[in-house]
Amino acid sequence: MELFTNQVLAGIATGAIYACMALAVVMIYQAIDHLNFAQGEMAMFSTFISWQLMQWGVPYWWSFLLTLAISFAGGILIERLLFKPLAKAPVLTNVAGFIALFAIVNSVAGLTWDFTIKQYPTPFGSAPFLGSQLISTHQAGMIGVTLLMLVGLYLFFQFTRIGLAMRAAAALPESARLVGVNTSWMIALGWGMASAIGAVAGILIAPVVFLEPNMMGGVLVYGFAAAVLGGLSSPLGAVIGGFLVGVFENLAGTYIPGVGNELKLPIALALIITVLVFKPAGLFGRAIVKRV
Amino acid sequence: MTAMLNVKDLRAYYGQVQALHGLSFALNEGSLTTLLGANGAGKTTTLRAICNMVRSTGAIEFEGKPLSGKSTENVVRLGIAHVPQGRGTFTTMTVEENLQLGAITRNDKKNIVSDIERMYDHFPVLKERHTQQAGTLSGGEQQMLAVARALMLRPRLMLLDEPSFGLAPLIVRDLFKILGKINREDKVTILVVEQNAQLALELADQAYVIETGKIVMSGNAKEIASNEDVRKSYLGY
Repeated sequence: MELFTNQVLAGIATGAIYACMALAVVMIYQAIDHLNFAQGEMAMFSTFISWQLMQWGVPYWWSFLLTLAISFAGGILIERLLFKPLAKAPVLTNVAGFIALFAIVNSVAGLTWDFTIKQYPTPFGSAPFLGSQLISTHQAGMIGVTLLMLVGLYLFFQFTRIGLAMRAAAALPESARLVGVNTSWMIALGWGMASAIGAVAGILIAPVVFLEPNMMGGVLVYGFAAAVLGGLSSPLGAVIGGFLVGVFENLAGTYIPGVGNELKLPIALALIITVLVFKPAGLFGRAIVKRV
Repeated sequence: MTAMLNVKDLRAYYGQVQALHGLSFALNEGSLTTLLGANGAGKTTTLRAICNMVRSTGAIEFEGKPLSGKSTENVVRLGIAHVPQGRGTFTTMTVEENLQLGAITRNDKKNIVSDIERMYDHFPVLKERHTQQAGTLSGGEQQMLAVARALMLRPRLMLLDEPSFGLAPLIVRDLFKILGKINREDKVTILVVEQNAQLALELADQAYVIETGKIVMSGNAKEIASNEDVRKSYLGY
């Protein structure tokens, strides 16, 4: 029983990271109807920036906040330079754009910081949390920071005017323009926020997976699985999907014989396919019916 | 008296297809004008061209300022509210959020709150349902919400695209009564596109009739309504 509880809690901790990645993916998907394959690489790059800041002597939490700001600005810049011009281009053009972004960010990170694995600090330490062997302080920190951010995002979207305008622009761009919302900037803002959310995920997971240019590859696949499970049209679904995938992954690795650590990733992929076959809109997504 | 909205030689295109062929008309400040015509005559396109939602050439001036080259949201910010065909309701949001979105370009918080109350006075049913998702409203209620949302902009000019579409005759009468009241009391200039010519002519003071992308008739609404030839050949009643 202790093993079970332990695995569930650890699953919730990594699930928090998947939830962040899924949320970032869904935010951009809502804005422009495309999956951002480079979301993980952007998060990795943000993590490197925070690492670099700390190397220069900036304290952890200052580098954390500074990195969020830089990532936010960077996300907006990427949208303005690369994806705004592609707004009316066909799907495949956009896919090529995302793959290019993936390759560029990955290579630039490798060039700047090389591909060796680096230690990344945690401000929470890795002692047992509250004296319990079930979960470490860093894992508890991951969950805590993520929940704090999710509550903040919820309040932003529910109770601020910009949040309302962003929701309107995502739901019905034409109607949003007709009440005077600058939908183009709302998309850019969505990119900035997604980028900052990804940065949080990268910084929190880096002490676990270590810092290197390919650190987010697996994490993003889980994030995609979470987004598909919860429904690409539902931010809340994506978050719940993230936690579910984290727990599911851990339990499968522990209890299904022969899965172990090596086969955990295929489980995420199997999950994506299963959901797409049986419930294409995800658990919380709305099925889109097109009239012909 | 100079016109509030002046449209000259308007031509609009969907891809290669030309939908408007040199359309000209003017709206006086404070007037309630209707644009009539059959299906596919170009009524909706005319409204969309004013808000720059379709590629067009020609000159459109609003209070002396040209609108060409302005993005849709910037046209709206000048005080032109557009209630689109199909109402454009944000169906997943609450009634109150829809009203707040109507005022999203304004910064006078206090007045926004009192304006929402004013909309609830105009349309009591919206008050009853203000926490409900807008998609759960009936067609008539959604049309009232769309009009209320447009009014939240405190527009100088309101464009309505077939507000009667899909509504029961009694509800249309109510709606048109409210439009007349808004026009008189709030001094909002209104241009309403309609297929329901009879009702629209009762409501309006000016009328234009459009056929295949051109204005073919214009004048006082009462005169057009009483001219039997015009009625038979263009308005079909």
